[in-house]
Amino acid sequence: MSALIRYISKPHPLTGVTNAKLGTWCFLASEMMLFGGLFSAYVLLRAGSTAWPRGSELLNVPLATLNTLILITSSVTMVMSWASLIMKQEKGTGTSKVPGTFSFYMGSTILLGLAFLVVKAFEYGSKFSHHHFPGTDIFYGIYFTLTGLHGLHVIGGILLNTYFLFPGSRLWQTEPEQFTGRIECAGLYWHFVDLVWIFLFPVLYLL
Amino acid sequence: MKHDSHPLPFWRKYIFSTDHKVIGVQYAVTGLVFLLFGFALMMLMRWQLAYPGKPFPEWIAKMFSDQQMISGIMLPEFYNQLGAMHGTIMIFLGVVPLAVGGFGNYILPLQIGAPDMAFPKLNMMSYWSYFLGGVTMFASFFVPGGAAQSGWTSYPPLADIATVGQTVWLFGMVFLITSSLLGSVNFIVTTVQLRADGMSFFRLPFFVWAQFVTSFLLLLAFPPLEAAAVLQLMDRLAGTSFFLPSGLVVAGKVLERSGGGSPLLWQHLFWFLAHPEVYVLILPAMGIVAEVLACNTRKPIYGYKGMVYSVVFLGFMSFIVWAHHMFLTSMGTVMSSFFQITTMIISIPSVIILTALVLSLWGGSIRFNTPMLFAIAFLPMFGMGGLTGLPLGLAAADIHLHDTYYVIGHFHYVVAPGTIFALFAGIYHWFPKVTGRKMSEFLGKLHFWPSFILMNGIFFPMLLMGLAGVSRRLWDPTQYAHALPTQPLNVLMSFCAWGMALAQVPFILNFFGSIFFGKKVNENPWEATTLEWSAPSPPPHGNFENPPVVYREPYEYSVPGQKHDFWPQGMKEEN
Repeated sequence: MSALIRYISKPHPLTGVTNAKLGTWCFLASEMMLFGGLFSAYVLLRAGSTAWPRGSELLNVPLATLNTLILITSSVTMVMSWASLIMKQEKGTGTSKVPGTFSFYMGSTILLGLAFLVVKAFEYGSKFSHHHFPGTDIFYGIYFTLTGLHGLHVIGGILLNTYFLFPGSRLWQTEPEQFTGRIECAGLYWHFVDLVWIFLFPVLYLL
Repeated sequence: MKHDSHPLPFWRKYIFSTDHKVIGVQYAVTGLVFLLFGFALMMLMRWQLAYPGKPFPEWIAKMFSDQQMISGIMLPEFYNQLGAMHGTIMIFLGVVPLAVGGFGNYILPLQIGAPDMAFPKLNMMSYWSYFLGGVTMFASFFVPGGAAQSGWTSYPPLADIATVGQTVWLFGMVFLITSSLLGSVNFIVTTVQLRADGMSFFRLPFFVWAQFVTSFLLLLAFPPLEAAAVLQLMDRLAGTSFFLPSGLVVAGKVLERSGGGSPLLWQHLFWFLAHPEVYVLILPAMGIVAEVLACNTRKPIYGYKGMVYSVVFLGFMSFIVWAHHMFLTSMGTVMSSFFQITTMIISIPSVIILTALVLSLWGGSIRFNTPMLFAIAFLPMFGMGGLTGLPLGLAAADIHLHDTYYVIGHFHYVVAPGTIFALFAGIYHWFPKVTGRKMSEFLGKLHFWPSFILMNGIFFPMLLMGLAGVSRRLWDPTQYAHALPTQPLNVLMSFCAWGMALAQVPFILNFFGSIFFGKKVNENPWEATTLEWSAPSPPPHGNFENPPVVYREPYEYSVPGQKHDFWPQGMKEEN
């Protein structure tokens, strides 16, 4: 009986957030603990090892820098897609179709996410061709685990955003406010994925 | 208030339902089935412990393959599987789903006056993810080499090199972690956003507070275990060595792995979950006991606010005590000192809550009905569980007691006659709300008294055996001279355990019988004050006929000047 549940599209007057937004923050807190656990594992393994390679000597820093730029750009386009919905709402010009700017920016976010994965795939491929696998040593183990799990999160975000670009966008016609809220939550998640990479990049590639 | 009245097809209404009440019942029933299954595994182990190396009676032996029993004698590998899976099933598939998924789902929205959970579809997915996890765990008995056999703690390096059952265990855990993530997000958002008008945080029944804090524990403590599970899966499937030290010798040969990992890392990540998990097991039980005590003593629970502060503090502290499970590793005395101090600190809020519950009995006019008996029994039983934990929390005493039956006795006192008794109390207490009928008092008492006596018959001897130094993981304790004098206790415990199974027969009869033949009651048969009792029994879709408004604290029993001895939270006028 979703009609009875309050604060689906309007924020709660006291907490100032909708259900979905609070839920997303809770989920992100949980994700933070997941990656926090893995980063702690990294620290413990590195502190306990006698020799630890410098990431920059083994990994491709220019490619990773490119990927960092790609992800940051995708975060910007994600915000723009949300902002385009807000601006359309404020103008109050009808609720027929999702604004074209939204589709453009959301599509760009998805493409940038895919570009990130393609670059990542090249990196993995060159590691494999040099016979560097997760089992090679503990450094490659943690490198593949952390970036692999992050890659899964990127794939999840791309799927989510694709849903909102095509079938999910129908909600805009009936509940524009709720749809905007959903895009905001998807954005929160996408920024989180971006943020994890911002930590992964220096930890694995530079330190 | 209008409801969508178009009828839903059967499979949407009862199987893939998004109604928190249906999901709660699904969780509770599945949890009870798994409790029974986990108990059955333990009863098999108890035969081996009472009569080591003796063949099982033929009708039991017939059910098992050559991989499990040879001419009726249990193989050590199978014993290890039973041990690991008993722990896993009881905790992750039995108690937590019943306490949080079952009671939390059903009662929490009703007690805060919400029409449903904030995210009904996620709620449904939470149940089905749990169900898949349960099926995966159950199926692991049938893979080559059998189920996981490295203990419920899955310590590497053993777990890293164990048979494929361990991989299945890890996948099962990923499902269960997903399930509890979805559930806990739902609980937190529902409690924060969907309380009825007038339901301020200090008007929440203690049960809701307990579930609320529990949800934070599930939300934040499970992910590190997921991280650990990912690392162990990588070790097992991708050939990494996160938990394998260099030069590990297995069966006389050096393992061909790169090494450089740390088995201790697993223990840290595992216990970072598993200690808060202990509070996930106990907090909902405390919540249930508080509700039942307040209702059946006909007075407010003593020190409500103190209990709320305690439960929040307890939740916070539970994140920084985990390494008291690791005193015997090489982590060093400074770490041990830190964790034994935090462990002593965390006992304070537990004691405050238990003391407040005991003091709540003072001066009450107590109704000794079945839920109340279970709730009262919870108090000394949990007390024993808590007190026996103190020596384990002190590093020096733990050296002697670590990994002995004393540990088993300690945590079973907390979880079995503690939490499970509270869950029984909850079932008897809220059964009329779910079905509109009461359970039989006679069968209830026939369930309670034998269970109470036999529980102690099972677990008290464990404390004695542990003090005698008997290890907790022995397939055949008679192989050790120091364990021989305690062997008669094993026979006693086994008979008590099998008796416990018989003592559950009245409960099962009562449970199913009362659904059809129980005495029909009105919506508030216990004359209780909290909001769930103002909804019809069973509550319809959407729960309340009108959105409830809350006017007062949760436990306004025996208020002077009132005609009746209870004053419901949602009643505006005098009662």
